[in-house]
Formats: sequence, C-alpha cells, structure tokens
Amino acid sequence: MRKHLLGLEGMSRDEIVEILDTADMMRDHLDKGEFDNDYASGSSVVNLFFENSTRTRTSFENASKFVGANIVNISVASSSVTKGESMYDTAMTLQCIKNDIIVMRHSIAGAAHYLSKHVDSHVINAGDGQHEHPTQGLLDMLTMRRHFGRLEGLTVAIIGDIKYSRVARSNIIGLTTMGATVKVFGIKTLMPAGIEEMGATVCESIEEAIKGSDVIMGLRIQLERMQSGQFPSVREYHREFGITADRVKLANANAIIMHPAPVNRGVEISGEVVDSANSKIFEQVTNGLAVRMAVIKLMSEAK
Amino acid sequence: MFIIKNVLVGGKVANVHLIGNRVSKISYDKSEDTSNTPSFDGKGGVLMPAFIDMHVHLREPGYEYKEDIKSGLESAVAGGYSAVCPMPNTNPVTDNQYIVNYIMNKARECKLARVYPIGCISKGMKGLELAEMASMQKEGIVAVSDDGMPVASSGLMRLAMEYADGLGLLVISHSEDKELAKGYVNEGANATRAGIEGINRVAEESMIAREILLADALKTRVHIAHVSTANGVDLIRWAKAKGIRVTAETGPNYICGTDELILDYNPSAKVNPPLREESDRLAIIQGLVDGTIDCIATDHAPHSMSEKSKEFATAPFGISGLESAFSMCYTELVLTGRMTLDRLSELMTTNVAKILDIPCGEIVEDGLADFVIVDESAEYIIDSSNWYSKGKNTPFNGRHVTGKVMATIVDGRLVYKI
Ligand SMILES: [Zn+2]
Repeated sequence: MRKHLLGLEGMSRDEIVEILDTADMMRDHLDKGEFDNDYASGSSVVNLFFENSTRTRTSFENASKFVGANIVNISVASSSVTKGESMYDTAMTLQCIKNDIIVMRHSIAGAAHYLSKHVDSHVINAGDGQHEHPTQGLLDMLTMRRHFGRLEGLTVAIIGDIKYSRVARSNIIGLTTMGATVKVFGIKTLMPAGIEEMGATVCESIEEAIKGSDVIMGLRIQLERMQSGQFPSVREYHREFGITADRVKLANANAIIMHPAPVNRGVEISGEVVDSANSKIFEQVTNGLAVRMAVIKLMSEAK
Repeated sequence: MFIIKNVLVGGKVANVHLIGNRVSKISYDKSEDTSNTPSFDGKGGVLMPAFIDMHVHLREPGYEYKEDIKSGLESAVAGGYSAVCPMPNTNPVTDNQYIVNYIMNKARECKLARVYPIGCISKGMKGLELAEMASMQKEGIVAVSDDGMPVASSGLMRLAMEYADGLGLLVISHSEDKELAKGYVNEGANATRAGIEGINRVAEESMIAREILLADALKTRVHIAHVSTANGVDLIRWAKAKGIRVTAETGPNYICGTDELILDYNPSAKVNPPLREESDRLAIIQGLVDGTIDCIATDHAPHSMSEKSKEFATAPFGISGLESAFSMCYTELVLTGRMTLDRLSELMTTNVAKILDIPCGEIVEDGLADFVIVDESAEYIIDSSNWYSKGKNTPFNGRHVTGKVMATIVDGRLVYKI
C-alpha cells in the first residue's frame, strides 16, 4: 500500500487488487459478526471533515474501530472554510497533534494533495470537491467483483451528474485500470469537458448507455442543479433521463444497479429500481465499511 | 558623462556615451580611452531599449503587503523594464486624479522605472458610470481599464470608448464575461481530470468580439489585454484585416504555460485568464510572430505567500512576472528560432511605446537613454525567492531558461546591475 490514498489516478492494477483482496477478507469478518479485530491496534486515525457527510464519516469511524484503531473526529466549522482559512495552518495543527492516518473530506479539489505534502501522517482522501473519492471507487469495484467474480471485461454505465461528481472520476479511473469498459451519460449541462480523455465512452442517450451494460450506476442529481438552471424540472428529468425499470431492461441479463447514495427516488432513479432484486445499493454500504477497514489495515502495516 | 562600455550594438562591440539622459555618441573604436569617465562594463552583452510593461499590478495604495510601488519598481528594473503601467485595481481604486497623483509622486521618489498609471473606466470600478478620465489624464494616466472587473455593460463600454477616444486615451479591455467565468482554471480535459471548475474560453472570446465590433462601429481604438485563446487571436486577426483599430497584448504566462500546470494543484498556476491548452499557446506564439498580437505585457500580479498557500479554489488569481519575463520570452521565442531578438524587442518595447504614445530608449545619437543589457547565453533556473518583488507566486519556478538581464539604465542612470 502506498503512503497516501489521494485518488485512484496513478494506482496500478496490483495496488487496487491488494486493497480489494484485503477488503474481501474484511467483508468476511463483517459477515461473521467479528467486529473486534486488531489489525491496526495502536494506530490513531483522525476524521477531518470540512464538508458534512454523516455516512462517510461514520463509515470511517466504524471501520477504524473494527480493525482496532483509535479514531477521533475533528469537526471543522464550515464558516472557516468559506473564509478560506489557510490549509497550511490546518496542516501544521494536524502535524502537531500526533496521528498516523488523517481521513479528510473537503469541498475543494486538491485539498488532500495539499495536506499530504505538509504532514508526515498517511492521508486518505474521503472526497475532495469534484476531484476524487477513492474509497467510494474501491467499494464500487468491490461490489462488482463480488457479484461477477471479475472486473475485466465488464461494461459499466455511469449515469447522471458526471460534471460535479468525484465518484464518477474515481470509478472511471479505477475501472479502466482494471480492464472494464466505462460508458457515461449525462445531460449536456452536467457533462464535463474532455471526460473521454479519461478513458470513458460518452453516450448520446441513457438508452445507449444502459444497453449491453453489466452495471448501471446512477449518480445523485442535486436539486440545486435545477435551481441553477441546468435542467428545467424534476418531472422532465426523471421521465427523459432517469433510470427506470423499463430502461433497465436494456441492460445485460444479470446486470446490477448501483448508486453511491443518498438516492433521490423519482429523480435520477425510480424507487422501483432502487428496491429491485438486482439492486446492490445497500450492499455498497457494507462494502464501503470493508474497503475502509482494508485501507486502514494496510496503511497501519506500512508505517 | 557616462559610458556604457563593451556592449553589442547592431552586432558590433561599442561604447555608448551618455550625457544626461541622452545618447551623445556611439563609438565603435576599440582603442577608445574611457578610463577617465564613469562607466559600466557591459561585458559583451546586447544593448537594447529597455522594456516597457503596459500591464502590471503594483498594489499600492491598499495592498502593500502584496507589493508596493518601490518593491514593484525594483522588480521592474531587475526585469529590464524602464517603464510600467500599473492597473487601477488598488484600494481605493485608481478612479480619480488624487490617487493618480499619489502614485506618480511615490514613483518619482523611487527614481527607478517610469510609471504611467492606468485609470479606471468607471467610478469605483463598479461598471455603472464613467470615471473622471480627463482629470486623471492631467495627472498622468495613459489609458483606462477596469482590469479584473470587466465592464459587463455594453452600453457603458460604448460610452467609455467614445469618451476616452475624444481624449486620446486608450481603453484597455480585460475581456471576460463573468457569467461564463465562474470557475478557476481553463475548462477542458485537465480541469475535468483535476475536478476543478472550469472557465469556458468563450468568456474571453465573446468580449473580445464585442470590443472589436464596438471599435469598428464607433471608429475608436481598443486594446485587448492578456489574450489567451486561439480564437481570441483569430478574432483580432480578422479585425486587423478589416482595418479595425485594435491592438493586443499577451504575456509570458500564455507563451510558456498551459493548464498542465494546474494538475498538481499549485495555486501559483491560478491566473485569470487561465492557462489554456497547447494549441492555444501555439496560436498565441503564431500571433506574436505574424504581428496579430502587438506586444508582450506581464500582467505582473504579486500576492503574499499566505494568500497563495490557500487551497486552489480560494487562492487569488495572478502570477508574479516582471523578473522572469525576458528570460521566459527569450527561451520560448528567440532561442527556439521563432523570432529574432530584434522582433522580441519590438514586442517588449517599441510597439508598447507606440500603442501608449510614450517615449522609449533609442540607440541613436540624442536617443533617450532607457536601456537594458542582456546576456543571450546566460542560463539559469528560475527561483522567485531571489526576486525583488514581494510576490514570489509563479508556477515557473524550477524552469531552466536562457537569456538574462544584466543591467538596466533609466533616464541615463544605472538603476540595476546584476
Ligand atoms: Zn486583467
């Protein structure tokens, strides 16, 4: 395991496989109800969340406990972020509070890179702006691999708000590294320039994206995108561009439904699809725990 | 009497004699005895008219922690400049004669480079009503611009171009439609990869088009600041072919840098307009070679270390550039064989003087003694920690460059030597 987990960009197939294999092992512990492992005992983890995310923060918190690490939460007042408090000061403070692993969520792209240059601790990027969310990419790949037994040769359709999504970026990078094909579809106002240069195939319609895919991954459409005029109404969005049961029929047999949650039922995906038998959306949450346990274990061993 | 000894003039070794701020004699006599006259040994460097930068930010009054007039002018002469034009986004903004007067007095006290301030287009740089351009002109401004806060209202821009033209003042357009410029870097594959919100190039190009069409319809002049895109160059080329009175500048940042530099999230690479793509960079160089772009201006934008050590999105825009400009341009334009040193001299000096109708150094008898001596073979690595400027913010630190400023003479006085 490398020193920091800042993103999936630049990670090799072997590095990803090491984490996924370890995560499988962690998943076994979870399934057996074994929550008091000691893989990382003696390690201290700091959860540093500049952006609110109870889900991800709690996932890291439990993951740390389940591998025997100590964890503390530092909540940062959102006002100091908007004031643009120097990241350098934050880094120096963290450097002085001795800790082994810093888990950071920040609204600004590159924040974890910045921190990693100024502290001795390991840094785990728990999401930086629109850039990357590597543990999400890893848990998504773990979910696919556990279902299909492989990643190579799979076709994954990522659908929704691609432009503002760090989940999309981490998945595109990770999946293409592992030999999967990634198709993306988003309404044009939610598509970033040059995404094809990252290795994704851009589809012209949601149907084209779903057709022949093994995985349908929906991304959350935030209602503020409608307020800022990027689409005219939820009604039109869901009808024309939503993941509905009818559209899911275009996918390959045995295809699975994924979503990083929280889900907007009736916007990017219908409730019926969320609750369908091939939905892995809640399974992803458990796999997230396993992946984070694996990363903390591997980092603790690397110190 | 002062003699600039042992410098290359037109390819020949010469001694250039000065009396006061004028050239009195150019001697090619190698056996000339200069021992009784104060002199400076140019050691075989090339003597050129000193550079003029029509786009700098000296930050005074108001932001002296970023730069002040003295440190800015020290930086200017170290960069080979004999004159600079500070933009009016000071605090308070330079929108009235009293601030212009303050800047002029401060600059005179420094006895370094000449200062030709640029006044605001609009009162308070608010884009609502015209500033008192004629009063500011009496105190010394040579142009008007709302640099950094572009004039959004086309109606006001029209009035500004007409009013300024009547005074013989140049209007400089920082061409940017803020509605299309809500990001931090060039919108494109690198912005997407880095996950940083992009600024669409049309933010710049649409406003260049507007200014050009206004200049055509009103029969006035307009100057486009810091051109950064290929389409921007094409628009200006089209306008010039039609006889529209447009001039344009670009800068070392766009000649030498692309948005690859943002990929490691170095806030020093954050600049407005943003660093673009390689195809833009090449189009800009072509524009400089074929004369579409008239001159090179640094847009020297010093900031403090603490401001530039914030996260990328919250750090301010701007690159400090007076002290690296010549070396960067020489390396990218002359050393590569794209143009001659004489052509670079036009871009950095004579064309700027023509656009602003101000004097510049001339290596002829009775010519103004504003000179720079450059060593064409000196190689070094850019390191802003050695700069006179308070602004150490540059993404070009560590670049290997060729061509170095050895000395600068302003008004017949040696104001900088290495
Ligand atoms: Zn500007």
